Amino acid sequence: MSTHHISVTINGKAHEADVESRLLLVHFLRENLNMTGTHIGCDTTSCGACTVQLNGKPVKSCTVLAVQADGMEVKTVEGLAANGKLHPIQEGFHEKHGLQCGFCTPGMMMTSSALLEQNPHPTEDEIRHAISGNLCRCTGYMNIVKAVQYAADKMAEKVEA
Amino acid sequence: MIPPSFDYIAPKTLSEAVAALGQENAKVLAGGQSLIPLMRFRLASPAVLVDINRVEGLSYIEEKDGWLKIGSMTRESTLEHSDLVSEKYSLLADTAKVISDPVVRNLGTVGGNLANGDPGNDHPATMLAYGAEVVAMGPNGERVIPITSFFKGLYESDLAPNEILTEVRIPAPKPHSGGAYLKLERKVGDFATAAVAAQVELDAQGNFASVGIGLTNVGLTAIKATSAEDFLKGKAATDENFHEAAKLAAEAAQPIEDVRGSEDYKRSLVRTYTVRALRLAVQRAKGG
Repeated sequence: MSTHHISVTINGKAHEADVESRLLLVHFLRENLNMTGTHIGCDTTSCGACTVQLNGKPVKSCTVLAVQADGMEVKTVEGLAANGKLHPIQEGFHEKHGLQCGFCTPGMMMTSSALLEQNPHPTEDEIRHAISGNLCRCTGYMNIVKAVQYAADKMAEKVEA
Repeated sequence: MIPPSFDYIAPKTLSEAVAALGQENAKVLAGGQSLIPLMRFRLASPAVLVDINRVEGLSYIEEKDGWLKIGSMTRESTLEHSDLVSEKYSLLADTAKVISDPVVRNLGTVGGNLANGDPGNDHPATMLAYGAEVVAMGPNGERVIPITSFFKGLYESDLAPNEILTEVRIPAPKPHSGGAYLKLERKVGDFATAAVAAQVELDAQGNFASVGIGLTNVGLTAIKATSAEDFLKGKAATDENFHEAAKLAAEAAQPIEDVRGSEDYKRSLVRTYTVRALRLAVQRAKGG
């Protein structure tokens, strides 16, 4: 067993901790930092409920060791809203009813907001491809796709304005 | 599920990483997308993880000396979005798009997909079809391993415990070459029920100058369908010949019945997908 001192920036805030090498990033977030917005779903790298952004890229935080995130930037669902205002992707899920039970939603939003950073005007196919590693058992994905399209439009308006 | 305890080091250089692998029951951590789940299920319990994510110079895609050279730590998502790969290496581009799911591909690596030795992984069949080589670094330096002698058995490769796969080399395709990877999966992120990789080169008459065919998840390792390849060499690229070769490829498959289907079903799938993969590869070789 080994313990490691790590420094991780989470949602813009620096965190330092001593962690056991086997601690998974998702447990570090939920249990050490009490940031329970990131969910644990399947525990088998299949469902994407635990998706967070690591240096800007969506990854499954149940399949990354906390120690691997040393020196990196992590963004979780708690980091989406800024200055008391919802992120356009959050607004999209709200406006378009992109969720029922809400379990997959944080992961869905972390994957789709990363997509919009890379590709501000995705086609429906591109959206469906991007979220294909995130499972939703309620919505049939229709309204999730609409929510992402809403956010894309909203973000484009902001750029034009 | 939490993995059993282990020591962890993240060296910055390849030589430090190789030295660290000299410890008993040490294992390389690349993208971790297979190894970490295996550890959580306690199917793997290495005493030491040597994380090579911080070793510099293992992530690149470049054409050099007649080869496409890919650093072993190149992420699958990088391959998927590479213009060079999309333009000239259609078999590899097809493969990168269907490995696990897009989120997993942000961490999963080409080297890991090969070194893991899982017959359900997608790069092994593709690299067999390309006639690739891999480069391994060990305590006594570098060695080059032809892909045909790399896979030794279920989760077993030719790598020694203290060797690290550093590069994969694909021969740059000659003019009138094309390839395709066709995979049947029950859902995105699943391993293949079966998949077929085909890489072809046509001569001036439109006959097969060279053919590579690899099969995924229908044996203890990925399978090179040699008899199908030999049959096609020098022959015309006709549907009749594709069907004949596909029969030979289905015979070369050694599937077992599991939740994804029966033995017969999988053989039949190999036959159908071999025809389709050859058809598409030839179409691409002709510039279509």
